[in-house]
Amino acid sequence: MKFDTPAATNPIDQLKVVGQPHDRIEGPLKTTGTALYAYEHNLPNQAYGYVVGAGIAKGRIRSMETAEAKRAPGVIAIVTAENAGKLGIGEKNTAKLLGGPEIQHYHQAIALVVAESFEQARAAANLVRVEYQSEKGRFSLNEEKGQGKKPEDGEPDSAVGDFQAGFERAAVKFDAIYHTPDHSHAMMEPHASVAAWDGDKLMVWTSNQMINWGADDLAKTLNINRDSIRLMSPFVGGGFGGKLFLRSDIVLAALGAKAAHRPVKVALQRPLIANNTTHRPATVQRIRIGASQDGKISAIGHESWSGDLEGGQPENAVQQTRFLYAGADRMTQTRLAVLDLPEGNAMRAPGEAPGLMALEIAMDEMAERLEIDPIEFRILNDTQVVPDKPSAPADETDPQAKAGEGGNKDLPFSQRQLTECFRQGAERFGWNKRNPQPAQVRDGRWLVGIGVAAAFRNNQTMDSGARVRLATDGVVTVETDMTDIGTGSYTIIAQTAAEMMGVPLEMVEVRLGDSTYPVSSGSGGQWGGNSSTAGVYAACVKLREAVAQKLGFNADDIEFADSKVRAGNRSLPLKDAAKDGEIVAEDTLEFGDLDKKIHQSTFGAHFVEVGVDSFTGETRIRRMMAVCAAGRILNPKTARSQVIGALTMGAGAALMEELAIDERHGFFANHDLAGYEVPVHADIPHQEVVFLDETDPTSSPMKAKGVGELGICGVGAAVANAIYNATGVRVREYPITLDKLLPEMPDV
Amino acid sequence: MQSPGQLELNRRDLLVSTAATVAVSAVPAAAQAQNSTGETVQTTRIKLSVNGKPRELEVDTRTTLLDALREHMQLTGTKKGCDHGQCGACTVLVDGRRINSCLTLAWMHENEEVTTIEGLGTPETLHPMQAAFVSHDGYQCGYCTPGQICSAIAVLDEIKAGIPSHVSGDITAAPEATALEMRERMSGNICRCGAYSNIVDAMTDVAGRQA
Repeated sequence: MKFDTPAATNPIDQLKVVGQPHDRIEGPLKTTGTALYAYEHNLPNQAYGYVVGAGIAKGRIRSMETAEAKRAPGVIAIVTAENAGKLGIGEKNTAKLLGGPEIQHYHQAIALVVAESFEQARAAANLVRVEYQSEKGRFSLNEEKGQGKKPEDGEPDSAVGDFQAGFERAAVKFDAIYHTPDHSHAMMEPHASVAAWDGDKLMVWTSNQMINWGADDLAKTLNINRDSIRLMSPFVGGGFGGKLFLRSDIVLAALGAKAAHRPVKVALQRPLIANNTTHRPATVQRIRIGASQDGKISAIGHESWSGDLEGGQPENAVQQTRFLYAGADRMTQTRLAVLDLPEGNAMRAPGEAPGLMALEIAMDEMAERLEIDPIEFRILNDTQVVPDKPSAPADETDPQAKAGEGGNKDLPFSQRQLTECFRQGAERFGWNKRNPQPAQVRDGRWLVGIGVAAAFRNNQTMDSGARVRLATDGVVTVETDMTDIGTGSYTIIAQTAAEMMGVPLEMVEVRLGDSTYPVSSGSGGQWGGNSSTAGVYAACVKLREAVAQKLGFNADDIEFADSKVRAGNRSLPLKDAAKDGEIVAEDTLEFGDLDKKIHQSTFGAHFVEVGVDSFTGETRIRRMMAVCAAGRILNPKTARSQVIGALTMGAGAALMEELAIDERHGFFANHDLAGYEVPVHADIPHQEVVFLDETDPTSSPMKAKGVGELGICGVGAAVANAIYNATGVRVREYPITLDKLLPEMPDV
Repeated sequence: MQSPGQLELNRRDLLVSTAATVAVSAVPAAAQAQNSTGETVQTTRIKLSVNGKPRELEVDTRTTLLDALREHMQLTGTKKGCDHGQCGACTVLVDGRRINSCLTLAWMHENEEVTTIEGLGTPETLHPMQAAFVSHDGYQCGYCTPGQICSAIAVLDEIKAGIPSHVSGDITAAPEATALEMRERMSGNICRCGAYSNIVDAMTDVAGRQA
């Protein structure tokens, strides 16, 4: 099914099942420990792999002594670059997943020891002796950013009007530099894979967000036929972008199984993950805002520097600044330096998450300089058209092109309720009780403050396919290679099929994460919920047609409800259509260029109250609220969970998360869950989430968008602004730890 | 919903055996105790009770309780998140007290009573805490969930038993199942998906019913 015109009324609009806060259908499995994650697919005669990571950041392996390890009890095989055969590199990988002799980053995998037991593999891995020829590496973004280059892909720079002149002219100017550190996904389930060969056929149970990308890149890496791979990921213990791509566990499990002639299971040891896999790159950001005395932004500029391995990608931290606030003269610029740290890549809301951590502090600072309420300042500069796209590329004959009246060719947003998010949040959170003077409110030893920030994330869509089966007993089974990484895919897909086929949720089975199923959008970029259910919608439309034909209905007013098919006076049980055998339908929802004609984004407002200990500078978050406008909410319960989880990760970014770089040896020093601190129960208060009533017919037949990443966008700045309101101390370098607050804290 | 993983396994033509049959064969056999260099692997035979059933197995002396459960008894509900006692995903109850099963060796638990997530309830008959996690959506990806649930049950028992915590104002007074107490006591169980707010709601629900 092609989606190139806005969705009309369709069966989803009934909202009998979709839009309801159903419990997760896989909940009883997850809460009883019966959901099987990758490493838990135990196979007969399996062996265990243990990964050896490189002990230098850059250079070469001079020698690797494996004889002693090979003689150790239980050892079956040792895989290294020397004996693994010629390997390719995945399209989406920057560094090789099995390194040697060249080492591209610290803890790059250089060997897999396969043994009868985990304990034996681990002991033998410690007997592998490696000598390195180390080379000087580049590990400091601050030192390398001057050599940063304009990236070749994407749109690294943008310009509208004349920023320089506009900024110079502005009555009130603001110019500041912000720093965000490297972040680790730190999902709870380590990257893990179990691989088994049958001749030249390879089966892998793994933990991956994008089955199709994973299978493609595994084929490229192993130089084997894509069709001979079966990749399965029915449950994924968290990803946050860290499992978007093929990683070393999959490749090493496959190579280990080949060498051992047995199934092999490999889980990346926790202390390897931060340096072996990807991370969110650190940024340095300069933001300049020029405005009139009455608070209208006339000029806005945002520059960002980040680093990555040679051939890597920039962190697109300026992205939201092109869309969020009005202003005639504007510029953005992205520069990428080469760093020899581990590979940087996407983590939850890449671009916007660190970008808004900076921009939304800048907006708070500018509001204060203008002596305008920070919410009013944002509302004053709200815009219903994309501010840096002066003309829409829309076809004149398209009705959407007329969205701007009077020949105005501005590119409109499909929906933009940013102001409403702030208004509702302010009302519910008690914004009017905030004292605009910092460091004035005390509660015993605590300095108390309130902060706010805008949330913004562009809506992305990805083609998504599904197969739907109607069985003789009336059970509807959905098969798609979509994954559920905790997002609620199982449940919203079941809700979609139930709504479309007019059956109760209990009559729907959902099977996910298998490369033999139709290719879906996968889970990333907050596109998964909307795109994958749209694919299921498309397959169900086909199944409805097949059912109607089978039952001899040809009326237009055919209805699927209460497990029956009805038209006029005629009504038949749905399952009758399958009485001669199962009916199968398959389709892919293909997104056209609607998103080029009308801009689709998601919006929100974050409200945070903190207490900062006046003696120690310790920050405690007291209250958090997010108000989101993100299209139709397919399941308010699971969507809310996405947002509270994003708030939690945002709180971590504000207060504690930082991969600390050892600049002598070029690695992240705090590479486990004790050193890399993430929020725990005691750090997080009760969280409120409000979804504004919204449907977006331009996004898909589901009229939904995404919330999983929107939820993290801006949270860090809301916390930072609350800390400023509490203490009067402005910190522009995350995380905001007490050492950064203490020197400037008000006298006790 | 049935576990798709299990459904899949049953129809593997490649792999004749099912997961359940691996339970016995995955136990390191005595025969492999000696390798070509003559070094031996130290194994030991242990007896313990798991979820009310007596178990006897031969394990490498280095095998953690966590790996004994997951790799030797096929009780994979207990999760390995870090293997270093940093995340709490491996939390189980031993003689009624919660511990990180990755930080203790299997042979140290001779004759002890271990309760794992599988011993609390089944998908058809959920333990009240499991049911509360489902209705409050106290989880997302589900990987930390068995540990959270084991901890949550133990935390309420600890509060009932009058054991104070870091946030108890008066350590001689009986602690109450407040959100503050629960958050403090649950802080050894990390949930990166960030379901904390809902987990406390689920626990409050169960604590309220218990009272």
